[in-house]
Amino acid sequence: MLCDECGKNKSTVHYTKILNGKKEEIHLCDECAKDYKQFDIDSSFSIHNFLTGLLDNMQEGPFKNVNYVHELKCNRCGLTYNQFRETGKFGCSECYKSFHDKLIPLLKRIHRHDSHIGKVPKRAGSKIRIKKEITKLKNKLEIAVKKEEYEKAAELRDKIKELKNQIDSD
Amino acid sequence: MSKWLEGKGKENDIVISSRIRLARNIENIKFPYLMNKDDSEEVINNIKKAIIESNTVLSRDFDFHRLNKISPLDRKVLAEKHLISHNLLETPEKSGFLLSKDEKVTIMINEEDHIRIQVLFPGLELYKSWELCSNIDDVLEENIKYAFDEKLGYLTCCPTNIGTGMRASVMLHLPCLVLTGQINKILQAVSQIGLTVRGIYGEGTDALGDLFQISNQTTLGETEEEIIDKLKNIVIQIIAKERSARDTLLTKKRTEIEDRVFRSWGILTNSRIIDSKEAMKLLSHVRMGIEMGIIKDIGLQVINKLMFSTQPATIQKYSGIDLDAKQRDIKRAKFIREKLKN
Repeated sequence: MLCDECGKNKSTVHYTKILNGKKEEIHLCDECAKDYKQFDIDSSFSIHNFLTGLLDNMQEGPFKNVNYVHELKCNRCGLTYNQFRETGKFGCSECYKSFHDKLIPLLKRIHRHDSHIGKVPKRAGSKIRIKKEITKLKNKLEIAVKKEEYEKAAELRDKIKELKNQIDSD
Repeated sequence: MSKWLEGKGKENDIVISSRIRLARNIENIKFPYLMNKDDSEEVINNIKKAIIESNTVLSRDFDFHRLNKISPLDRKVLAEKHLISHNLLETPEKSGFLLSKDEKVTIMINEEDHIRIQVLFPGLELYKSWELCSNIDDVLEENIKYAFDEKLGYLTCCPTNIGTGMRASVMLHLPCLVLTGQINKILQAVSQIGLTVRGIYGEGTDALGDLFQISNQTTLGETEEEIIDKLKNIVIQIIAKERSARDTLLTKKRTEIEDRVFRSWGILTNSRIIDSKEAMKLLSHVRMGIEMGIIKDIGLQVINKLMFSTQPATIQKYSGIDLDAKQRDIKRAKFIREKLKN
């Protein structure tokens, strides 16, 4: 039996559909079967479809039908927000910054959290620890200045400077 | 064949394997699906160097392979053995992998992310797998600058992997929970507490041979240890449920179970044509028979290995010539008969 679609190759895929008692038979060759849309009913649903669904749900309120995110684009790789919506994939690590505001609610929906508390890479990690230390010292400095403890403030200022240099030299 | 299955792990009557996978990316390079040839070469070379030229024991442990230098059939065999992912097969021109000599560790290059480190152990060995995975991660990081964000953790191509970038999974053989029909309730409960269940060949596959893969669904907001603890805790409970289902079946339906096991054994040792689906189903019942002490003179490992080596590409490879589906089913039947005779 020849393929119903191309009429050239031998059919290898036989598909019987019974809908409301009406029977319909389709015979296809391998090639045409791959492109045959009706077979996609179950298989086309992937994690990325879910993501897109989540994103669409998030556009609620009066702006729902306004495509105001159209121009949002990653500065580095050029991926647009709409492209991300279609594939569920980012183009580069910078996308996380470029789409940050849209992303946080999405992450909360997927993971029920929005901050990482697990492993930190050793090299980048030391920088992060220093940054946290700097923030702490800056707070102390502010307090010292308020209390007019200038000697202590000078000490703290030097320490902050030193730590900042450490980060920059890396 | 399936070297990684060698060795005994904990709870190995029910747990086939434990797997930890870490997703990592390199700073300032586009993710694999958008990258050009130059970028992909750079990533491959950097990762290869970071391992092969590192001053650690790892340097001698790994062999590097470029996907386009391996025949399409061999690629499929590697995927059927779970050594590389099916995803990696889609971009042979851009991808490669490092495989450890004992086949327990694979570092995939330019899969969905630049780096995917995978550790596989037989039995319930999640912590051992995580430790090894994390060590390899540290070695890579000495020479590679990871895309990492203070707040969001490791940045991945798909936001479902962000944070730890870790997927921990355990493959379980649960024939008695399937027979008693309890499995659906359990799987439903599991999915309500942030874990997912899949068939053995990943997303969207059927539970072939009563094998189920349970893994963490979320990767952000918990530490790696917390994720592993939760998974392990649930797995131990499922193991207990499977054991109690086995006991119940043995006391209440002994003859029916024996009948099923010996029929399966009979078909596997006598059939002349068998497709992989039927083979998996029967192998599952024989495995169950061994675990329940009904079949005594054959080891679990023989069956475990058969479950992985009777998949289409592996049978094709074993026979050495091009086969159509029918010829493959004949070869498969012969292969199984030979393995079970010894």
